Amino acid sequence: MTPLSQLLPGQFGKLASLNPERGVDQRLMALGLLPGMVLKLVRKAPLGDPLAIEFGGQVVSLRLAEAENLIVDVSADCPIQRPRPS
Amino acid sequence: MSQSDQSLLVALVGNPNTGKSTLFNALTGLRQRVGNYPGVTVARKSGTCDCGNGQKVELVDLPGLYSLAAASPDEQVVTDALAGNIAGDRQPDAVVMVVDATNLLRNLFLASQVAELGRPMVIVLNQSDVADKQGLHIDTALLSQRLGGVPVVLASAWKGEGVAEVRRGIATALAGRIQMKRVAWPAKIAAALTDVVQDAHRDTGKDVSSAEAQRLLFDAGNAHSDRLGWSQAQRDKSLRAARDKVRTSGYNPMAAEPLVHYAHLRALLEGVLREGSVRAGRSAAVDKLLLHRLVGPVLFTVIMLGLFASVFWLAKFPMQWIQFGVDWVKLTVAHSMDSTPMLQSLVADGIIGGVGAFLAFLPQILILFLFVGILEDSGYMARAAFIMDRMFSWCGLNGKSFVPMLSGFACAIPGLLSTRTIEDPKARLATAFVVPFMSCSARFPIYALMCAAFIGPIYGPGWESAVMVGMHCVGLLFAVPTAFVLTRFVLKVRPQPFVLELPRYQMPKPRDVLWRMWQNAAEFVSKAGTVIFAITIIVWALSYFPRDASVAERIKAANPAATEEGVKAKVQAAYVEQSYMGRFGKAVQPVFDPLGFDWKITVGVLASFPAREVIVSTLGVTYSVGEGAKADSQHLRHAMQDAKWQEGPRAGKPIFSLAAVLSLMVFFALCSQCGPTIATLAQESGGWKWAAASFVYMTALAWIVSALLYQVVIRLLP
Repeated sequence: MTPLSQLLPGQFGKLASLNPERGVDQRLMALGLLPGMVLKLVRKAPLGDPLAIEFGGQVVSLRLAEAENLIVDVSADCPIQRPRPS
Repeated sequence: MSQSDQSLLVALVGNPNTGKSTLFNALTGLRQRVGNYPGVTVARKSGTCDCGNGQKVELVDLPGLYSLAAASPDEQVVTDALAGNIAGDRQPDAVVMVVDATNLLRNLFLASQVAELGRPMVIVLNQSDVADKQGLHIDTALLSQRLGGVPVVLASAWKGEGVAEVRRGIATALAGRIQMKRVAWPAKIAAALTDVVQDAHRDTGKDVSSAEAQRLLFDAGNAHSDRLGWSQAQRDKSLRAARDKVRTSGYNPMAAEPLVHYAHLRALLEGVLREGSVRAGRSAAVDKLLLHRLVGPVLFTVIMLGLFASVFWLAKFPMQWIQFGVDWVKLTVAHSMDSTPMLQSLVADGIIGGVGAFLAFLPQILILFLFVGILEDSGYMARAAFIMDRMFSWCGLNGKSFVPMLSGFACAIPGLLSTRTIEDPKARLATAFVVPFMSCSARFPIYALMCAAFIGPIYGPGWESAVMVGMHCVGLLFAVPTAFVLTRFVLKVRPQPFVLELPRYQMPKPRDVLWRMWQNAAEFVSKAGTVIFAITIIVWALSYFPRDASVAERIKAANPAATEEGVKAKVQAAYVEQSYMGRFGKAVQPVFDPLGFDWKITVGVLASFPAREVIVSTLGVTYSVGEGAKADSQHLRHAMQDAKWQEGPRAGKPIFSLAAVLSLMVFFALCSQCGPTIATLAQESGGWKWAAASFVYMTALAWIVSALLYQVVIRLLP
């Protein structure tokens, strides 16, 4: 179990838990990011923050600090695991 | 076509980046009306749509949104408009749901929320050409059946395909009153919703629909209960009980809505969507380059500098033509009014001069809106915000603050209008507050005049350019700490998370971009134009009256040898000196004395409060070189270089010392001297409070910084 903010660019994970009380999590849930959803950390912005994640055929940007409470399971049987060196 | 001809109202609803506006333009054929929703800065766009069978309906384009959860003013407006809760607006008779065919699931979440409002619906699967290319096949007949028989139409508004079918779909929906199939709420949630409906009715006496109860139950905000007039104590008690009831079913009440809707939609889409050989879009490849860690920022800088340079360079030529045309009109009109000097001055100097100065800015604004529109529609704007966010987040702004601030370097008003794209109300207000600090092009003439007259001749062209560049940074230097303090300590608004979709790249459609440019420019003209016009006339009157004929005769008698031109300029200067503006300038000169301003500069500063570019021509008048003075006028430069203090401790010393020159430029960099900006800020921030705060803050800051600068420099370099 890893916070989303610690994924490497290119790494996949399955959303394990989020905090529905937080505004950012509510926004992401409305976009379809619900527990069990597979996501990929596409890239980080040139200055390291925010992040771009891909899920359900869309790319969404969120800030590093806001990604800390999103817990992902990187061991789950996700599509190809191919972390790039950072 | 008048409102009363159209009995039926149809709302266009959809996620951002679905091509909704393109479809709206295609359906209404640009016969549109733009207004504002009462009390908020959300534009209400509507037009007449022909349903193909001769039936005409009013189509209203509601703001794009992902969810009805009312977190931003845009979302609140959509929810209110759909529920018929907007004063002066009817409840829509049908809803056209614009859905991105490449992302059905997410787009249908909003459709499913909207279905709860019980309006007849048409589903438009837009961008179906892109879906085709991606190998997605959608069984529309099956989808329509699963959604309860609502018309489902494939379309590509960009290519103009399927628009006729959308028109027919609207007619079908209106005639058949077919609603989209609603989600089946689990029993405990349904019971909790019923409780909320009953409690709200008991406490407020108002009928509350199930859709409104959902917003009350599922949203953290309380805009809805405020509108109902539900007291906080009663509301909290009822909602706490209802949310506890939701919890007993195993759902977190804050997550229940998306969980239930998405589960419902996944089941519904089973078999509807067949993915053939899915090819990844080109967007990912383009992003690899445009968002690359090193190449991305370089390209970003190139694009933005290119935009900025083209705004100035491309606008230069039309600006000259406008200037030329205005001067010609002024001369011609003035000539025909020689017999009535007061009317001549009012029309030529007051009205034509004022309107002309304002029109000269129009080319820049148009080009700016054009480029911003292209960046927005192509999808790059979201990437720009992604790249820049880190630079802005530390002082409470976000990546979307970048474009308004960049626009502010051309003109604050388009900058202020573009803050509407910032969802977070806190960042939006803070951005709007700092945009007027950006060195707009109206500040350029005074910098150019001062640098050319005093910095260049004394310190050389190197320093002249350095000071010019420096002056453009002064505002930014003060804007950043201002934003920091404002968002950290002053604004009590709850910040919103910065969640931003990076949409698919797309070729902008020229018609849409040009049309939006036109609409924005029309808004600019109607807003800034009227303010400028009124203010110009007031300033003209203050510097024209009183006008005793004896003043002119005295000057003519005292200068018998002077040329006609020279006498004319001296007469004009004498009139301004004894006008209300001149008298007032002399009276308040002590206030500006610590900044090193004499009464002539003071008059210039006062006359520039409505529009700062007036300073150069006012200095031209007060320094007796005639009113047509431009920043590159040799006469004005010499007159200013020769100006000396007449009395007081500085008598005999030049007025325009380095200290005074820097102080004057910094004053213009920081001071709030633009009537239309203040008016626009009041409108965009929803009240005069912030406009007044901006005026007082910027003017006080300008005075303090200029005074400090003058006092320090005059002591170092007396």
